[in-house]
Formats: sequence, C-alpha cells, structure tokens
Amino acid sequence: MKRWSLYIGRRLLHMVLTIGIIASVTFFLMNALPGTPYNNQDRLTAAQLDMLNRKYGFDQPLLQRYVSYLKNILHGDFGISLQFSDQPVSMLLSQRIGPSMQLGLQAVVFGTAMGVLLGVLAAMHQNRFLDVFCSLFAITGRSVPNFVVAVLLQYIFAVALNWLPIGLWNDGFRSTVLPTLALSISPMAESCRFIRTEMVEVLSSDYIELARAKGMSEIRIAFSHGLRNALIPLITVLGPMTVSLMTGSLVVENIFAIPGIGEQFTKSILSNDYYTIMAVTILFSALLVTVIFLTDILYQIIDPRIRAEGAK
Amino acid sequence: MAESVLDVRHLTVSFSTYAGRVQAVRDISFSLGRGETLALVGESGCGKSVTCRSIMGLLAKNAQVEGGEILFEGKNLLHLSNRAMREIRGGKIAMIFQDPMTSLDPTMKIGRQIAEAVRLHRPVTRAAAKLRAVELLEMVGIEEPEKRYHQYPHAFSGGQRQRIVIAIALAADPRVLIADEPTTALDVTMQAQILDLIKDIQKRTDTSVIFITHDLGVVANVADRVAVMYAGRIIEVGLSDEVFYDPRHPYTWGLLASMPTLAAKDETLYAIPGTPPTLIDPAPGDAFAPRNPWALEADRLAEPPLFPVSETHAAATWLLDARAPHVEPPENIALRAQAFRKKLSERSAAL
Repeated sequence: MKRWSLYIGRRLLHMVLTIGIIASVTFFLMNALPGTPYNNQDRLTAAQLDMLNRKYGFDQPLLQRYVSYLKNILHGDFGISLQFSDQPVSMLLSQRIGPSMQLGLQAVVFGTAMGVLLGVLAAMHQNRFLDVFCSLFAITGRSVPNFVVAVLLQYIFAVALNWLPIGLWNDGFRSTVLPTLALSISPMAESCRFIRTEMVEVLSSDYIELARAKGMSEIRIAFSHGLRNALIPLITVLGPMTVSLMTGSLVVENIFAIPGIGEQFTKSILSNDYYTIMAVTILFSALLVTVIFLTDILYQIIDPRIRAEGAK
Repeated sequence: MAESVLDVRHLTVSFSTYAGRVQAVRDISFSLGRGETLALVGESGCGKSVTCRSIMGLLAKNAQVEGGEILFEGKNLLHLSNRAMREIRGGKIAMIFQDPMTSLDPTMKIGRQIAEAVRLHRPVTRAAAKLRAVELLEMVGIEEPEKRYHQYPHAFSGGQRQRIVIAIALAADPRVLIADEPTTALDVTMQAQILDLIKDIQKRTDTSVIFITHDLGVVANVADRVAVMYAGRIIEVGLSDEVFYDPRHPYTWGLLASMPTLAAKDETLYAIPGTPPTLIDPAPGDAFAPRNPWALEADRLAEPPLFPVSETHAAATWLLDARAPHVEPPENIALRAQAFRKKLSERSAAL
C-alpha cells in the first residue's frame, strides 16, 4: 500500500512538471510568432498601440511577463481573452469544454465498446464472412473522413427519417447522438482492427488451448481469457485517442453547430489570442498526462506482470 | 488386461495444406485399460499429438477425421455434438500440455483458473470451487495453497506451473488423463518430480493415462504399455518390458540404440539414418523402409500388418512374416533380449 502511494505521488509530481514544461515552451514559442493580437493593427497609431500594449502588459520584458503569468496561473488566473471583449479565459473555456468533453467521452466509450465487440467476433470467425465484413468496416471507418459520416448521418436520421435534431446543443441527450456517432467511427474502426489482430494471436496461444481442454465454450474463452489479454495493446492507443476526441473536433463541431472548444482553439491561434492559446494548451496537456497516468494504472489492473514490475 | 476405458479403432486423420493432403494418422487402433498408462512414443510429426487431439476433439480447423471411431463409455466421441464433447473435455478426459510457461493465462489468478475448471463440470458454488481448488493445489504439492491461490502464473517456476496445469486437469476427476510431453520443457530434476506426481495421482485415483513422449527414458519410468508410432501408424505395441527388452521392429531397434546408456563409454551415439517421410502421398509399402537397413523387398511393395508376437505384443514388419529370412537384431538389442529372458526366467523361478 505504501509502495502504491509512493508510486502515485511520484507520478503526480512528474505530471505537474510535464505540464509546467509544456506551458513554458508554448509561452516562448507563441511570443516568438510574428503579429499581435490586434486585428486592426494597420489603422492604429503608434500612440494607440503603445497604450494597448501597456494596458495588456505587452510592453514589459518577456521574462518578466513569463514570471508573472506563471504566478497568476498558480492563483488560478488564466488571464483574459483578447478576442472576446476581455472576458476571463477560464470562463470562456469552462462554457465550451463541457460539450466537447461529453461528446468525446461518449464517442470513445461507445466506439471502443462496439469496436472491441466487432474485433472479438471477427477474430472468432477468422477468414469467414463476419471477419471480412469487420475488416471492410474497419478500413472504411479509417479512411472515410468523419465529416462525410457526419453529413450522411444528418441526412439519414435528421432529414430523411426526422428522428433526431440536425444540429445545435439544445435538446439534451438527443442533440448528442449524431455527433457522437460521427466521432465514434474512428475509435470504433481503430479498436476493431486492433482487437482483431491481437485476438487472432491470443486465440492461438497455449493457455487458450488449455481453456478449450477444460471444456469451456468458445464464446466464454474469448471473453474471459482472450479479451483481457488482447486488450493490453489497445490501452496504449486508447489514451491519446480519448484526449484527441475530448478536446473537440473542429469539423464535427462546426457541422452540428456545437459550441465546443475545438472552434475556439483554432480561432485563438489565428488571432494571436495569447492567453486563450496558453489556457487551452495547458488544459489539453493536463488532460493528456492525466489520461496517460490512468492508462498506466489500467495496465497494472489488467496485466499482473506489469504490476509486479512497478512494485519493485 | 483390465477392462478398457477408451478404444481407438482404425482412426485416420488428415490435414489439408497448400502442399496437399497430409495423412497425419493412418489407421491407428489401440485401447486403454482402467488405471493403465499407455505411452505413445515416436519422433516429431509421427502423429502422436494428432491422435490425442482427436480424442480431445481439439483438432485444428484444417484437419479431417477420415475414418475410424473413438469409443469412450459406449459412445463414439467423433459423433458427439460440440456441447456433449465439452462435457467430456476436461470432465471425463483431461489433458496436460507440453509447455507450462505458456499454458496458464498470465492475467488470471491461478486459483481462479483451477476453480473455473471445477465449476465447468460440477454444479458447485464459487466458495466450494475455491475450496476444491485449494485442495487440488495441495494435492499436486504446491505449498501454502491458500496463499498461492491468489497469485498469478508469473510468480511460479516452470515445475510449479506444470503442477498447476495438472491440478486443472484433475479438477473434475477425469477417467482419462492425456499428458502431451508434460516434462519436455522442464529440467531433469523437475521431470522426475512431475513424473512421480503423475504416477502418484494415477495410483490414488485409478485414472488411465496416455503419455505422449519422444523420450524413451521417460517411458521406461512410467508406462505399463508402449505403442511406438512412425509416420502416422503404430508400428510396435506391447508391454513396456516387451518393447524395451524384446523389440521386434527395426525402427524400435533404432530408437533404443540411439538412447544413451550408463554402460556406454565415449561412443558416438547411434542415430537412425535419414529423416521421416513426408505424409503427403506416402509411397506404397512400409514408410520406414528407406531408412531401414533390414528392409526386405516386401517392405517396398506393401505395408506390413501388425504381426502378433505374444498376446500383448505386436509389430508391423515383414520380418515377422513366416516367409521372411531370419534376421538377427543388432548386438545391443540382442543383449537386451537375453537380459530380459533371464529376468523372466528368474521371475518364474521365484514363483
């Protein structure tokens, strides 16, 4: 138990350090970019520019700005957005991260669950109809862009059948169904392919043969002995996949007119909205290191051999 | 011989491969008595594992049973449904595998792997299955079974893992235990311990054992009867003593001659010349003929049937035909036979 708390403590420290480094590097890189946050710069006089720079503190040396920015972050102050009439960045983000994270999580959970199921079935029916069908699905899912899927879903379920809203974020769970489906195609295809490959290998291993010799049915073998062993490599790709889905998809959010974070991040980069860029970067990297941490914990739950290694 | 538990009759199995149809098992018959240990001996690819997998119903997908029957408790196992076969498998007929390092699920506690086997064949509660699993662990000689129940396979050595695999096999008190080279992957001291364990369990539970091996030293240690296989056929079968001391088939002579003995000084170990034939379109005649220095003309024309030598002993070689010329076995085999006859006469004198 003590070992565990020590391990977790060490990992948390590493996570904070990682985020700090990412934040610092982004800060300096971002400031090295040409341009200013002012989108009507051509029409500003030198005196006006000077005034604005002073107002936002851009007249101070970079290092000093860096130090005070870090200080502010530690106090939970992420600055103000330069593009949305000086609103606090934290408020802007908290309004927008919700829908993106919800969609992302729903898509990952649904997509991987379906993908894993299909992958297992495909592996159990190796080289037969179901397997070929699943492979085709996986290839299609990987290669068709999700905006095509999104538009198709809109046409079928919103326009032709009129079952679900075509877009917007005002109908509770019903609003989330189509964008979740559109987003889940890629994790579904990916995990189907992954699990199928792993399962084929696992199902030909000796311990599966032993399970057969015990008199276990194929379906029980696949789920009680096969899947657990086949899941291990999937977890590796699952972490980053979850983060990239949770941090919003610009295209899908646009198509369904969802007030998500993807759009805001893109806009903030285009307009040199320094504090929004920083805050979004920190948020994303915090999500990523957290997910990686959770992935490592999950590994240890699933694979006892890794547990033994970690405890040393 | 005691009542027979398992009867294999004229079993023929082939595999479809890209190269053609491989006739892995060709017309094999044997029976297994109650409480008896039968060793299936032969080099790699002779069909011994395929025979056992046919009994277990665990043949690869590209295998076809072309003929014959496997009789167990009055039923032909080859005609059973999947569901009925699952009840036999692990319940009435259990199997121990070759490599203990890979035959346990690395992500499941070993205790659960045993308890799972118990529950598959007995309508018991989880708690009862666990008790039984601990009991089995103790029976196969794992110390502190209650504590070790909760450990994963990686915490055990190869020998211990094989004990656990044996515990799984014994979970439902099987009537037949098939051991597929259970000691091949272990070091020599472990081999002896595992063999002793199997013998001990067999004595206690009156289980019949089919012991697959290519190691004649192991056979001498455990088997009541021996069936020597070559190229998918049984070419000699008999009581252990008969096959060891009075072998009649030239292939058995070769096998025995290639076994190191304590008496041998720095001699080069004998090796049977050549390699086993491929079993795609085997040539007519005795499959061993091309490697057989004693081969007769007849061996190249027709496959020899099993000629009875005694009530329990038979060998498939034309040398035993009445028309065949008399052939003296090689010297070391002849010495074995002499020693054997001496032993027999001493035994009968003692009686």
